[in-house]
Amino acid sequence: MSKRTFRIWRGDKDGGKFVDYQEEVSEGMVVLDMIHRIQASQAEDLACRWNCKAGKCGSCSMEINGKPRLACMTRMNVFGPDETITIQPLKTFPIIRDLVTDVSWNYKQNKRIPKFKPKPKNADGTHRMYQEDVDRVQEFRKCIECFLCQDVCHVIRDRDRKNEFVGPRFMIRLASLEMHPLDDDDRIPEIKKEFGSGHCNITRCCTEVCPEHIGITDNGIIPLKERVVDRYYDPIVWVGRLLTGKKVRTKTRAEEAGEKPNDE
Amino acid sequence: MLDVSELQTIEHDVLVIGAGGAGLRAAIACSANGMNTGVVSKSLLGKAHTVMAEGGMAAAMGNVDARDNWKVHFRDTMRGGKFLNVWRMAELHAKQAPDRVRELEEWGAVFDRTKEGLISQRNFGGHRYPRLAHVGDRTGLELIRSLQDHGIHQGIHFHMECTALGLLKDGERIAGAVCYWRETGRFVLFRAPAVILATGGAGKAWRVTSNSWEYTGDGLTMAYHAGAELMDVEFTQFHPTGMVWPPSVRGTLVTEGVRGDGGILKNKDGKRFMFEYIPPKFAAETADTVEEANRWLEGDKKARRPPELLTRDEVARAITAEVKAGRGSPHGGVFLDIASRRPPEFIKKKLPSMYHQFKELAEVDITKEPMEVGPTLHYFMGGIRVDADTQMTRVPGLFACGEAGAGLHGANRLGGNSLSDLIVFGKLAGDGAAEYVRKLSTRPAPVKDQIEQIVRGATAPLNRESGENPYVLQDQLQDMMGRCVGIVRTEAELKEAIDGLDKLNARAKNVKAHGASQYNPGWHAAIDIGNLLLASEIVTRAALMRQESRGAHTRLDYPGERDEWLKYNVVIRKSASGEMEVEKVERPAAPPNLYAMAHATIEDLEAGKVGAEEGK
Repeated sequence: MSKRTFRIWRGDKDGGKFVDYQEEVSEGMVVLDMIHRIQASQAEDLACRWNCKAGKCGSCSMEINGKPRLACMTRMNVFGPDETITIQPLKTFPIIRDLVTDVSWNYKQNKRIPKFKPKPKNADGTHRMYQEDVDRVQEFRKCIECFLCQDVCHVIRDRDRKNEFVGPRFMIRLASLEMHPLDDDDRIPEIKKEFGSGHCNITRCCTEVCPEHIGITDNGIIPLKERVVDRYYDPIVWVGRLLTGKKVRTKTRAEEAGEKPNDE
Repeated sequence: MLDVSELQTIEHDVLVIGAGGAGLRAAIACSANGMNTGVVSKSLLGKAHTVMAEGGMAAAMGNVDARDNWKVHFRDTMRGGKFLNVWRMAELHAKQAPDRVRELEEWGAVFDRTKEGLISQRNFGGHRYPRLAHVGDRTGLELIRSLQDHGIHQGIHFHMECTALGLLKDGERIAGAVCYWRETGRFVLFRAPAVILATGGAGKAWRVTSNSWEYTGDGLTMAYHAGAELMDVEFTQFHPTGMVWPPSVRGTLVTEGVRGDGGILKNKDGKRFMFEYIPPKFAAETADTVEEANRWLEGDKKARRPPELLTRDEVARAITAEVKAGRGSPHGGVFLDIASRRPPEFIKKKLPSMYHQFKELAEVDITKEPMEVGPTLHYFMGGIRVDADTQMTRVPGLFACGEAGAGLHGANRLGGNSLSDLIVFGKLAGDGAAEYVRKLSTRPAPVKDQIEQIVRGATAPLNRESGENPYVLQDQLQDMMGRCVGIVRTEAELKEAIDGLDKLNARAKNVKAHGASQYNPGWHAAIDIGNLLLASEIVTRAALMRQESRGAHTRLDYPGERDEWLKYNVVIRKSASGEMEVEKVERPAAPPNLYAMAHATIEDLEAGKVGAEEGK
């Protein structure tokens, strides 16, 4: 048992500051336990999101000593004995209050993605898929929507291109649809033109912070980029299509409908 | 004072309160029926407790063992529930679960596969055959995400971080609900002729629980105040395997999938103790030697199931007995060992989230070492009393489903029957609510006085000059419920709890929230405490009434099941004068065909000597 100093950002959209709290740490505790202790004893109105406290729901995302992490999965024994623990909200999203940010933009992105479109069922009423075919999709589906990857993505965080790139979370969501053995839709033109696959410059920051250890960049985003390249830029594929007369979509649905590209 | 006419007002045909599996499935059904549907959830979308469900959803699809069918599932469910289940609900559930699972696949869910490319199914306690459609040990995430991703394209209106405070009635009929937005602290009036409660249970009244902060009994207590009845609430399930170490994660769930996939329970002497705790009722279907149990694990279809896969109540009691006898693990649990039973790759593939959880939170590698586990409050079998086919309560326009509803599980729930409960009865509730709304000739109007009263009650903790700390009150409540209304109960302890609740109630009237109303967890806790206390009282009074031990309800002063109690459900309602009425209500007679199936031997059932006319 020892008292530790926690420097927690307090405030709202109009501004705020770091406030220091001293609190007793017990064996086996995680940062979220400490926030709860501080709430119960010193700062009852300290705002913080959390639900499962077991790394399964992705609610308690915050920046701890500068690193985007889940508070429930950050053990106190990873810090040095005299280290002050600095806790602040995700930097990339607008602040609501204290450690809570407005992540509604992410929910809007998800809604823009064309939904799963299944192939017809077999005559026996089943869909057959094999484990080796679903393994890679299952990796993407482990995503708990903590939005830590969105928080560290350069395109969103530093360049604020939220209107041009959906971010790593939704690139792997798109990948989970595009690589789904049963899915019958084609989203490649949208991935290029609406969801901004070209913006990702593969720094792998998103992969590094993923608490579910999903290979966001290598397994999700790069293969999508390759599909885009194949569709639009590969001369061999292009000639092949010319010879076989095979048609593929290069316009988004919005373009096909005569609308301007979606730049919401 | 509040001017009700200036309150933000949102109108829906159906308002669903709760955005876990049941709420989302209900909302999808409402919207498919052409209803303007709103969903309010206390948290962000996709964070409800469903996301934590691990093992799988039970559905007799017969993909792994062709002998499985709805009749066996029905029989398992009735026996697991100690025959106190609502017969019709157990029937509907067993029959409809496979279609609901297939529908999820149609909406994009990616279940683990069999070699034949079908949805894989795993073993779980109380289920005779491998029956749980699953995705490793993160099935709840797959369920909620599939419903969420499908639901956002169905025209449903999602209202996130919005807390329901009270239901409104126009005469006898439901008229809507008053809620508040967490982000701003502002109130909002939802006008809706039908409300579906999918709010889960009240596990947060206990300290050692697998439940998140949201489990404060809001739906149960709102329904109670609105005039609905509660049933079976004495049956609170203690999941046998929660983490016991370190203290900060005490109660966090360890999926039953660990045992389903071969994990065994040992005491501190290394003895596999479950063979000592096989109840006579399950003796014929349970292996009585290590050798037979091992053959079962190797896939011998003639071998009987290992005793680690008895129902949750049996296993939880056995663990409690071992610990009480001084044969527990260092931190007050027992050992759950899969490391010595399965290779590391198997464990990481089948139980990735458990591997992760123990590694990161307890610094234990479960592919090398056993886990320390003990019982944790996990689930409310009881809840709001509903009609089996429509899920409507006795209040016109008020529906309930999922953990908030009562009836499917009886005295004890089988693992995996919860996720299938959500999708089966979520859909029925949605269909039921839509049908109700369609038939209405006039729409109910919310009553101004009720709105004002709810808002006044909610703002009182903010307006007080000083008062009790809500966190401290919740802490003391959890202590008391753990001590007095735990896994084993006595009249003296239950009465002590009633006294304790009286005192806490008096203090809760003076609870103080500091700060402003905007995203204030202290204020939220101050509101929650009232619901938690009422839900606790409902459980305690029901537990006091039921003078027998059955399923998850164990009375030391009334050991064993008593046949005379099999005839009754304990039903609780608010009397006209506002008192809590607790009543033994006689159960309707069982339909003869279902009775015969539930009581048949498995051989007779499978040979078609019983239930043949029911079809496959």
